[in-house]
Amino acid sequence: MTHASFRVHVDPDRCQGHNRCYSVSPDLFELDDLGMSSEVGAGMVPAGLVSQARLAVANCPEHAISLTEAPEINPKINTEVQP
Amino acid sequence: MTSRHPPVEDFANDFDHTDPAWVADPYPIWDDLRQRCPVAHSDRYGGTWLPVTHDLVSEVAYDHEHFTSRSVVVSARRPGPDDLPAPIGLSPPITSDPPFHSIVRRMLLPAFTPTPTAALEPFTRELCRELLRATEGRTTFDAALEYAQHIPVRVIVRYLGFRQEDADMFRSIIRLVLEEVDLPVEEREERFTEVDAFMDAQIEDHIAHPRDDLTSFLLEAEIDGHKLPVEQVRGTMVLLMIAGIDTTWSAIGASLWHLAQHPEDRRRLATEPGLMDTALEELLRAYAPVTMARLVATDFDFHGHPFKEGDWLLLPFPAANRDPAVFENPGQVRLDRARNRHAAFGLGRHRCLGSNLARMELRVALEEWLARYPDFELSDPNAVTWSAGQVRGPRTLPVAILRNGS
Repeated sequence: MTHASFRVHVDPDRCQGHNRCYSVSPDLFELDDLGMSSEVGAGMVPAGLVSQARLAVANCPEHAISLTEAPEINPKINTEVQP
Repeated sequence: MTSRHPPVEDFANDFDHTDPAWVADPYPIWDDLRQRCPVAHSDRYGGTWLPVTHDLVSEVAYDHEHFTSRSVVVSARRPGPDDLPAPIGLSPPITSDPPFHSIVRRMLLPAFTPTPTAALEPFTRELCRELLRATEGRTTFDAALEYAQHIPVRVIVRYLGFRQEDADMFRSIIRLVLEEVDLPVEEREERFTEVDAFMDAQIEDHIAHPRDDLTSFLLEAEIDGHKLPVEQVRGTMVLLMIAGIDTTWSAIGASLWHLAQHPEDRRRLATEPGLMDTALEELLRAYAPVTMARLVATDFDFHGHPFKEGDWLLLPFPAANRDPAVFENPGQVRLDRARNRHAAFGLGRHRCLGSNLARMELRVALEEWLARYPDFELSDPNAVTWSAGQVRGPRTLPVAILRNGS
């Protein structure tokens, strides 16, 4: 089945470590030793977590997070990011 | 608190952040200025600017070319020739500019991520319970003085590795540093000397007896293979103490002040634990305690205003949080506000280092309070007083308990 899939990305130059995304969705984001955030794995968003990803975007004070629609599901990439 | 300055008649051209009208309720003032200016000016404190929109506040926060953080508390005293110059400043990294700023900040960040913060949670929870136990059986008491103010000071005192008995002295010093900004210069200098002497004694003790706390962490920290100069350690300790106490005290107090007046919000928070995350952010947005400051680094034109090197600029994150261009119905507190890019902890590279700690303290303080006192109200709304200066929160908050928790 083909349906829209999403990818989330944290811009490391913009992230200041507010940790809002991690608080909203600990499955999609991880923190380094300094508390700076990045997307887990390749950033592919499982279908059930799309609304969490949108909330993360809408709560980042630095506008550091982007959510983009990937063209279509690539089963190979998708299996890599299964939690 | 009475201002030592003449009362303000025109906030667009003569504002003063210690004026009684601003202290009592700054929001209508900022709303009005947002329509009219939106950059206000005042000759007070030697010349101060005030942008009040989210856009302009962000622009300044991200601009390290035209603004310096060398001093971040507006007072009659500006950094003098004997003070540590930019980019270090007196209390790094809050008073530091790039590139030095990020070096010190990177050193401190690991001590303030969610993991070490979570380690302080059991202490914080027990502390809140102890403070609430002390109010047992009373129908009215002061929630600011007997509850909120003790929480952050005792948590940071514990983290820095000082004795809990020193907490009271800290609070009085902080009040002088942050709130009495219109004291004569000599009097303020004297207070700072007291703080330095206390810190020096702590540093000596920690050098002789290293332990697992933030003070020893700072003394052992290295930048490029070198330990930090003692005056820098001291400056950073003073910063952590000042920055961590009045601010969080204010956030806890303002949140309780709100809940005391909104039974529906109290009921929802007590019965819907899942609401706590958005509720905390919304309370932080609506009642953000901290206004920062910058010094203008160089003469330049800021949206038609002639900024001069050495002018003060107040950076009111609380005003940015009330900008209708960014927040729908900003004056309304909605505990389930889902989209909330508020700037309570600042924006850009000076984002509050202790934001994780502050959020933990605020959450635990509200959870424990609501578990014990799910229903309460202001016992005398006219007796509530607010702090003056750049940190806003209730300093007297008499509440009446209507119902005890089970």
